Amino acid sequence: MVQLTLPRNSTIRTGKTWPKPEGATNLRTFRIYRWNPDDGENPRVDTYFVDLDRCGPMVLDALIMIKNEVDPTLTFRRSCREGICGSCAMNIDGANRLACIFGMDEVKGEVRIYPLPHMPVVKDLVPDLTHFYAQHASIKPWLETRTNTPLKEWRQSEGDREKLDGLYECVMCACCSTACPSYWWNGDRYLGPAALLHAYRWIIDSRDEATGERLDDLHDPFKLYRCHTIMNCTKTCPKGLNPAKAIAEIKKLMVERAL
Amino acid sequence: MSYKTDYARVQGLGSAHEGVGHWWSQRISSVALILLTPFFVIPFGRALGGGHEALVTTYGTWGNAFVAVAFILVTAWHLAQGLQVVIEDYVPGQTMRTALLLANTLFGWALAAAGVLAVATILFSA
Repeated sequence: MVQLTLPRNSTIRTGKTWPKPEGATNLRTFRIYRWNPDDGENPRVDTYFVDLDRCGPMVLDALIMIKNEVDPTLTFRRSCREGICGSCAMNIDGANRLACIFGMDEVKGEVRIYPLPHMPVVKDLVPDLTHFYAQHASIKPWLETRTNTPLKEWRQSEGDREKLDGLYECVMCACCSTACPSYWWNGDRYLGPAALLHAYRWIIDSRDEATGERLDDLHDPFKLYRCHTIMNCTKTCPKGLNPAKAIAEIKKLMVERAL
Repeated sequence: MSYKTDYARVQGLGSAHEGVGHWWSQRISSVALILLTPFFVIPFGRALGGGHEALVTTYGTWGNAFVAVAFILVTAWHLAQGLQVVIEDYVPGQTMRTALLLANTLFGWALAAAGVLAVATILFSA
């Protein structure tokens, strides 16, 4: 649903300014969104200072340093620290990025960090991605076959395998879907760029035998056609993928089978 | 309170099996408008400063009248399709959304009918 202003209990207030590390000369300022569901307070933005001489280059390095040395209550997801798990997706300097592969030097001035936009917040920088994952599950992200399973593997030519490049690399970080205005307004019914990119990955898999059913499932004004090619998804994808193109390809296939 | 699972919520009522026609016709009408617009705007612009008489002279010919009717019909069609998308995007609630979608369809037909009637009146009275 369209919501252009924050509800009263979600408006952000100025938070605490945490002390600067003693003796540090090379400081970087971080302004980080904080919200605790247990204290009944509005969200706030806390200010932290990180000693760059003792910190790694990525935004995630700074967050871990803050959590370890300044404020252990700061909550965020992280795991692989190399852009493979998609856990540390957050809004950094106004765009959705993976904190582990986004360098602090790419931001001018203070580093502003918020959770992924327009998602329910569990705590601090942790969004609730339950609906997002259910949407992914709904496109049946697995091989669907009718033919008897071969004795060895399902064979695929090199050319057909290449068609999956630029699609299989998606780590489901949700940066793209949460950058999409159509997903903000109609995310309950629109599947969003991430789920649609995965849908296309299975639609064009030469081994899959459910292409028609997959297209049938997507043939809907909301599930697929809420995409208006805004391209925020492609612009923000931290893996350099192009969900907008994948969606356009699905739309082309829809026309192809209708004409 | 509902104990529906997230997966059931995402599935909703399933696919409407609709959308490709609307999407494709939006593209077709866009291309048609690119082609029709100069043929409509140039004679219309020339006639605009000349008052009623110039308009009657311009649209008293079959060629200009035909282009004008085609332009009006495609514009009304394209406008209704575009507004439909805006309504679906921004209007929450099934009742309000359905009411506005119906009003939009009626508006599109009314616009087309009024335009065609105006041109036909000029053409046949010239």
